[in-house]
Amino acid sequence: MKRRLPALVSLLAVCGVLAALPFLLGNYNVSLAARVGIYFIAVLGLNILTGYTGQISIGHGAFMAVGGYTTAVMSRDHHTSLILTMLLAFAICFVLGLLVGLPALRLSGVYLALATFAFAVSVPQLPLKWSKFLGGRDGVQTSRTVSHTWLYGAAWTTSAIGFVLAWLILRGRVGRAFRAVRDSEIAAVASGIELPVYKTLAFGISAAYAGVAGSLFVLATNGFAAPDEFGVVLSLQLLVGAAVAGLGSLWGVLAGAVFVGLLPTVSSSVPVIGSNHGRDVVFGAAVVLVMLLLPGGFAGLLARLRRFAGA
Amino acid sequence: MTQSAAATSATRAVGGALERLPPPTSLLLVAGAAGLLVGSLRSEVFAQLTVQGLALGAVYGSLALALVLVYRATRVVNFAQGELAMATTYIAYQLIKWGLSYWEAFFATLAIAFVLGTVLELALVRPVQHRSVIAAVIVTVGLFILIDGVVNWIWGGDFKYMPTPFGTKTYHLGGVSIARLYPGMLGVVLVSVVLVWALFRFTKLGLGMRAAALRPAESALVGVRVDWMLAIGWGLAAVLGAVAGLMAEPSQFFLDPTLMQPILVYAFAAAVLGGLESPAGAVVGGLAIGVSLNLVVQYVHPITSELQTPFAFAVLLAVLLLKPSGLFGHREVRRV
Repeated sequence: MKRRLPALVSLLAVCGVLAALPFLLGNYNVSLAARVGIYFIAVLGLNILTGYTGQISIGHGAFMAVGGYTTAVMSRDHHTSLILTMLLAFAICFVLGLLVGLPALRLSGVYLALATFAFAVSVPQLPLKWSKFLGGRDGVQTSRTVSHTWLYGAAWTTSAIGFVLAWLILRGRVGRAFRAVRDSEIAAVASGIELPVYKTLAFGISAAYAGVAGSLFVLATNGFAAPDEFGVVLSLQLLVGAAVAGLGSLWGVLAGAVFVGLLPTVSSSVPVIGSNHGRDVVFGAAVVLVMLLLPGGFAGLLARLRRFAGA
Repeated sequence: MTQSAAATSATRAVGGALERLPPPTSLLLVAGAAGLLVGSLRSEVFAQLTVQGLALGAVYGSLALALVLVYRATRVVNFAQGELAMATTYIAYQLIKWGLSYWEAFFATLAIAFVLGTVLELALVRPVQHRSVIAAVIVTVGLFILIDGVVNWIWGGDFKYMPTPFGTKTYHLGGVSIARLYPGMLGVVLVSVVLVWALFRFTKLGLGMRAAALRPAESALVGVRVDWMLAIGWGLAAVLGAVAGLMAEPSQFFLDPTLMQPILVYAFAAAVLGGLESPAGAVVGGLAIGVSLNLVVQYVHPITSELQTPFAFAVLLAVLLLKPSGLFGHREVRRV
């Protein structure tokens, strides 16, 4: 318990700050903070897969798209409550994640990256094909939109639930199995871990997180689910978020989410290149630099600082 | 190992790709070619689609070959390869705007692409190469975003138009009319591929590059500058990518920053179909993907042009699941 105390204190501090933020920030900044919360959920999910289980995925934007369209279509056609559609997105993406995880069983490393990348490019094409049901290029509009504060509350409440859930999953038997798979598949099998079960499970869980994030993402874009919002760059951003977080650390996820949620916006106000066109210059450069300078991501930096302080 | 022994083993491993073609693959290729020929003789539309598909497929094959070169040299799949090709096409656009003729700009761009590829390898990929697959992938992903950002920043996201490289002439062969563009694309890409192949096959530089890719430690011992060879490999890949970009632009009739994104997926599918390690496989894979995409969209009704990338994804997945070594690759044997 004593060892956990600092972690607990910082957790409470983070929660306190997050609860106070909407009262301190302007309307626009609250919407930005809500966006960070949405990325937090998605990056958290991806980190379970990539960081803890060692399976790379460049396709999680596609799961976000599925979650987002679930919310938009249910809201348009049945006026379902938005919270309910989030649960539905969770369930649908969990099942879809399990299904995608099945072929992924036979792939690893580079091949898995290729396949999931192609998945990420393919899924946004589907609304163009079935445009009657999924709205084509114009997208689908939810029957009601929400305020920034509502979105902020929903995003960070969900993040908190997701964080606790992830912690519970990862601390126990399942989490140990995930880490064993990551460190050595052969050793894991030799210790009686069933690879198919745990790999597909990791895919399902992380896809479900992405699905919920996608639901909220649609609400953040004024209730519009459109193919361009879920382009391949979104998937790339999630992977970047997971890498900046430091693979296999729940704490770093906050840093990763802030990085991908805020940096593109912040960098559009950088002088000289700062414009809507130039924002990806700073963002892309930052990604490359972080990977070169901080191989362990934010979590690695924390660990190094801690060692430095201890020494 | 002496220099000649290392060199011979490298030659055998690379140059022999065609001779060691597994029988089912060669049978499949012959059957495919025969099918296309018969179809083209029977239907004019089919013939037109086939020529067009081969031309587009050559573009995919060229980008796929770039990916394969990079993968063989540094074990990195370069997710930014397509964006790099797109950026070099913009450079050509700018050069033409400054007054160069199309073909002057074409060759100048290839030179710039070579330098760009080499510099990127030295500056960004070298440091992460020996870390993990994930680290290398993320650096190329960052590069993807960076290049995309730079192009949007300098040129903006709106459509740009370049002069056509091959004029607007149309050939008539029997009842089949074929725009000069398509044989032109096919020709340019195939010539570049053959030149790169000859470089690898017949020059000392090519020999060094093959050796450096296959056995880095041993080739360093016999005096090959492995670091330089790998960087040059990236440069050559960027040149092939530039050719792909420059030839993709006229087929789309305009230039915009998303030019190469679907093509990158087709190139991935092509490279995997060819076995990811085989240069010949990448080109053949590209041609196969190009033709089959064109024919499938025309003749299989549920699959419309929106479903081209999902179709390529399906091909990629099917190859990876059924025959991970592709058409030209060989099964990897690993000791654990």
